[in-house]
Amino acid sequence: MPGRSFPPVLGRALGALAIAFGLTCAALAQQPLKIGFGMSLTGPLAGNGKAALIAMEIWRDDVNAKGGILGRNVEFVYYDDQTSPATVPGIYTKLLDVDKVDLVVSGYGTNVIAPAMPIMMQRNLTFMTLFGLNVNSKFKYDRYFQIMPAGPDPAIGWSQGFFEVAMSLNPKPRTVAIVGADAEYPAMALEGARAHIKRLGLKVVYDKTYPPNTVDYSPIVRAIQATNPEIVFVASYPPDSAGIVRAANEVGLKTRIFGGGLVGPQFAALKTQLGPLLNGVVNYEFYAPDLGKKFPFLDQFLAKYQARAAKEGVDPLGFYLPPYAYAMMQVLEQAIKATGGLDQAKLAEHIHESEFDTFVGKVRFAANGEWASSRVMMTQYSGISGNDVEQFKKPGHITVLYPSEYKTGSVKAPYHENRK
Amino acid sequence: MSGRLTVFRPRLFPRMEIPTALLANAIIAGLLLGGFYAAVSVGVSISFGMLDVVNIAHPAFIILGSYIAYIVNDRLGFDPIVVSLALSPLFFLLGTAIYRVYYLCFERRGQESLRGLAFFFGILFITEVALVLVFGVDYRMVSTRYSDVTWRAGEVDFPMRLVVPFLVSMAMVVGVQLLLTRTFFGRAVLAVAQDQLALRLMGVNPVRVKELAFGLSIATAGVAGAFLIVIQPVQPAIGREFIGLAFAVCVLGGMGSIWGTLLGAFVLGIAESFTSTFFGPSWAPAVSFGLLLATLAFKPSGLLGR
Repeated sequence: MPGRSFPPVLGRALGALAIAFGLTCAALAQQPLKIGFGMSLTGPLAGNGKAALIAMEIWRDDVNAKGGILGRNVEFVYYDDQTSPATVPGIYTKLLDVDKVDLVVSGYGTNVIAPAMPIMMQRNLTFMTLFGLNVNSKFKYDRYFQIMPAGPDPAIGWSQGFFEVAMSLNPKPRTVAIVGADAEYPAMALEGARAHIKRLGLKVVYDKTYPPNTVDYSPIVRAIQATNPEIVFVASYPPDSAGIVRAANEVGLKTRIFGGGLVGPQFAALKTQLGPLLNGVVNYEFYAPDLGKKFPFLDQFLAKYQARAAKEGVDPLGFYLPPYAYAMMQVLEQAIKATGGLDQAKLAEHIHESEFDTFVGKVRFAANGEWASSRVMMTQYSGISGNDVEQFKKPGHITVLYPSEYKTGSVKAPYHENRK
Repeated sequence: MSGRLTVFRPRLFPRMEIPTALLANAIIAGLLLGGFYAAVSVGVSISFGMLDVVNIAHPAFIILGSYIAYIVNDRLGFDPIVVSLALSPLFFLLGTAIYRVYYLCFERRGQESLRGLAFFFGILFITEVALVLVFGVDYRMVSTRYSDVTWRAGEVDFPMRLVVPFLVSMAMVVGVQLLLTRTFFGRAVLAVAQDQLALRLMGVNPVRVKELAFGLSIATAGVAGAFLIVIQPVQPAIGREFIGLAFAVCVLGGMGSIWGTLLGAFVLGIAESFTSTFFGPSWAPAVSFGLLLATLAFKPSGLLGR
């Protein structure tokens, strides 16, 4: 008895289905992997936003040149958040519901990361973020990750190096002045500084904040000088950083160590504009040209970045934010490859458990999504002459004082003797 | 600086000891800052105080002035303030053109109140975005021979990056005042502020007068922009921070009074400097605007207003 066979019509239908399935799979494999985000391309933080975007695009191009991720080319879908928190919920809702992106990452900075958090939490999305300060302390979201190396407690980690360097002076300083802008980052940095001051038993002789739109900082610096502090810790944004450093030079601030949390000197614009006025200032950086050998792949990245940045009118050095924007995407890439898909729970679990090899070194995350340990470098500027940007690309002007594994020299004090 | 210096004891607070040098520096810093505030506000005093045009885009023209001064300084090395003075006729023409559009589209139709406000908001944002597209979003600053120079008279500092803008600002404010009080054009502007119909009956076209006066106000904004970039780094959106200040100085001094604007600028500058030096800089805006409220409560027309 011959075996029962499928009717020819059914056979053809199954064949067609199989072909359709195969085609669908092939089509899916060809579909780009869409990563969505908002980015500050206009508004006060657009300088950083554009620099971050260039770095992320370099990563995308590098990945696609190697065949993409899981056989899919990477494509970005992004919108300008105008540095405005109010635009952020709308942007991410559109990315997820209309553009149907596969993954989302954050734009630059705390003020645009925080308003995206409720959406991420509602949808259980893994959220890689770029330079948010302590955002997860309130949300406590287990799928949040942040790439800035401020450590598990950013408030403490931010100024740890500054106070370690200050206390290495002989004799140990006893008095401290702290000052910062009435804004989110300085408030956090000052809070951390106060914790260190308490731990170290220092006497606070000045602890004040100023409005961000202050024009002249010399009255503030004079008021600080009147208290004769041995340490002056400043937490400021770029225009205030320029104003305070200028005022310190004009007033002739006499103190042993000055700086700490000045945002701005990390970028070429302020480095070149302030030039020799930066000499003697101790301040945080995330990279220094003296560390080239410690980060062997970073030179290749910086060469690509600097070529594009020059054309697009953003930070021509790219030492501060761009390497970390690239590293953020590397973490995501490695997690997708390791888990073999886009399952948000598996991605988050893998990022929590693993160590990632990135252009900025080994990265491991703490339970709250911040770096497992702080790597905020404390550096001192010296030997800067004139305002030429090229000098900052070469070793010798930014000495790394902290942490010890990256140390390239010792602090020179007092500040006023090393100022020029 | 503090221990070996003489001290000043206010009569009201005999136990308080203020180092004389700190006091003198606070006064000088306040005056220098006030000079800059006067330059920022004098144009608003003309447009808002005299012409009744609520030009909230005034800071955008200040930033435009900053960027033009920057680009010429960067490429050719010319002093930004000299550049701004040389280019002020262009700002004047820009101002006249903008007023002409404003008049034709809004004022003539009696729609200047809300739609005119939206017009200037639009100019503010368009200028900002245009600057972003042309210059990028980085902070820009100029280098001049005097930027890093500080003169010292005893214990009192005179930072040249504030002194030079202060001196030019004083010359500009006095010049504007003389122009408005000693010339036919100036008297016509003052007449526009008081009674346009009477001016028309005397054979003067008030629209033309307002056009020229608005051009003058924008020309002062261009010069103030050069002062700003000499004093601090700028980026396209920074102008928004000066909207409140410019209008506050104008109202405090007295609407339409140039001397009042100068006085108001000095009052706010010194208040800010004193507060920053002796009480804590975060109180500076509260003290400044507290002074504004107190002045308006006791003298609603402002310090020198009519």
